[in-house]
Amino acid sequence: MTTSHRRIRVLVAKPGLDGHDRGARVIVSAFRDAGFEVVYTGLHQTPEAIVEAALQEDADVVALSILSGAHMTLLPRVKALLVDAGLGDVLVTGGGIIPEEDAEALHAAGIGRLFGPGTRTGDAVAYIRDWFASSARASA
Amino acid sequence: MAAVAGPGAAAMSDPEGIRSLAERCGAGERAALARAISVVEDRRPGFRKLLARVAGRGRRAHRTGITGPPGAGKSTLAAALAGHWRRDGEEVAIVAVDPTSPRSGGALLGDRVRMAPLQLDRGVFIRSMATRGAGGGLAEAVHDVIDLMEGSGFGRILLETVGVGQTELGVAAAADTVVLALTPEAGDEVQAMKAGLAEVADIFVVNKADRPGARALARQLRDAVGLGRRRAGHGGDSTAPGWVPPVLTAVATTDEGIDAVADAIEEHRRSLAGSGALEARRITRAEARIRAEVRAALEAHLGRVAGGDGFREAARNVAGGGATVYEAARRLLAGGSILSGGEDR
Ligand code: B12
Ligand SMILES: Nc1nc2c(ncn2[C@@H]2O[C@H](COP(=O)(O)OP(=O)(O)OP(=O)(O)O)[C@@H](O)[C@H]2O)c(=O)[nH]1
Ligand SMILES: [Mg+2]
Repeated sequence: MTTSHRRIRVLVAKPGLDGHDRGARVIVSAFRDAGFEVVYTGLHQTPEAIVEAALQEDADVVALSILSGAHMTLLPRVKALLVDAGLGDVLVTGGGIIPEEDAEALHAAGIGRLFGPGTRTGDAVAYIRDWFASSARASA
Repeated sequence: MAAVAGPGAAAMSDPEGIRSLAERCGAGERAALARAISVVEDRRPGFRKLLARVAGRGRRAHRTGITGPPGAGKSTLAAALAGHWRRDGEEVAIVAVDPTSPRSGGALLGDRVRMAPLQLDRGVFIRSMATRGAGGGLAEAVHDVIDLMEGSGFGRILLETVGVGQTELGVAAAADTVVLALTPEAGDEVQAMKAGLAEVADIFVVNKADRPGARALARQLRDAVGLGRRRAGHGGDSTAPGWVPPVLTAVATTDEGIDAVADAIEEHRRSLAGSGALEARRITRAEARIRAEVRAALEAHLGRVAGGDGFREAARNVAGGGATVYEAARRLLAGGSILSGGEDR
């Protein structure tokens, strides 16, 4: 009788001073249409605010859209603050204008896959589904 | 804040996990409240025990519901009110509900965008919720979530519904004080709702009063409110006797008029408490929730004892002369306890 209604919860945010929000909106809609519960926090978020929102929303995934070039500082900062808050099991992923070699370096630092221009949203959806299926959060 | 979660702490369903989660909520740990809300919202194993341990602890919160049509400024208004109460040193929790897309089961929860000024204030806790198919502009678990927030020490709770039309007024059941936010563009809607208006709202706010038509709408509303009260003989025992819903104007984006809205909420709270109507509201609320829970348990029980081929098989037996209709029905009813299904009901 206790049927569980677990949904994947994704926080989508745009950190820093970056005003390009078309990609983020495309992603938000795609995630909703994939059955995720998407919390969108809007533009100009500080890493601290993003992590606090992820905590309050019990987000499984923090998905950041960055087209400003500041990804090398913003992504590791969000990851570090999440770990500090006891949220090391939350996936940090994202997309935008991020060169391949930067994505590789970030991946080595614990960031998930990053998706650039021309991304098929289905790929990002599938990536998050696969991650979640094998994550500890799925059974929490 | 203590480090939490991680794979080790994953199995919240065991009694130990639930107990420690409840304790951490009681101690005001924000990450614990966040996880507890998920447990309750998802109906995960142990959620009833968790509620039993957290809900009803500590002092009672005042629950303000904010409802109104899409885009009326509910989130902005909620943020402004929360800011007002923060300046008074109160701790505020906000639940903001948005619709689940019926096709995908997903949801876009966007109310936080308007609450940005509160996002780093440790005295504020904001949670977005999807309706997940429930009607009335609320999510099924919203009452439970509010109970958790109350049990975690928040004295003010704000509940934002989805943008509603006149048929989705579930907020009235969940809140002590209902604020209906409208905008100058809502004149037609007011015409349509007229007599019903006074029953849904304790306070009217004409938001976006920086736009033309706000005063005219406020006037129109005051007339409608008076009319509705006379016609419906307003004032069931869960309404403060003699309460005439005030009609206020505000500009939520600049805080204009927000102090007056907060004052009206406070006045309504006092008027409820002084007349015993607050207790009556709580009883009405509890009764509705108990009924819903019993109904759900009965339906689940029916599914268990007679689901699948249960009725068919019994019918074959009756048709073949093996039992009377009454014997077959009794056998189905006796099959297992109503309480056997939920692991922790
Ligand atoms: C449209 C646009 C603008 C519009 C933005 C409108 C808006 N509200 O979004 C305007 C004109 C305002 C603008 C302004 C500027 N822009 Co501009 N802009 C673009 C442009 C042409 C297209 C971006 C776009 O909307 N694409 C469509 C969307 C759907 O694609 P997307 O954002 O890439 O998203 C996809 C993927 O990246 C991925 N994705 C993105 N985010 C996420 C998140 C997650 C979680 C996932 C999974 C996937 C994902 O999935 C999406 C769907 O496929 C790009 C060039 C380009 N071709 O990318 C430059 C570009 C991004 N802009 C650039 C610059 C420099 C600027 C300005 C600084 C210009 C200036 N000097 O004034 C300003 C800054 C504005 C600001 N405040 O930030 C540079 C950035 C350079 C860099 N990062 O190194 C670019 C790359 C142009 C260039 N080649 O120089 N811009
Ligand atoms: N001009 C003006 N705009 C306002 C005012 N209050 C809110 N807004 C704007 O109205 C838009 C909608 O505001 P929200 O607070 O998101 O409205 P909402 O009722 O929560 O919307 P939903 O949750 O989507 O139903 C935003 O762009 C706000 O900035 C106001 O008093 N005046
Ligand atoms: Mg809103």
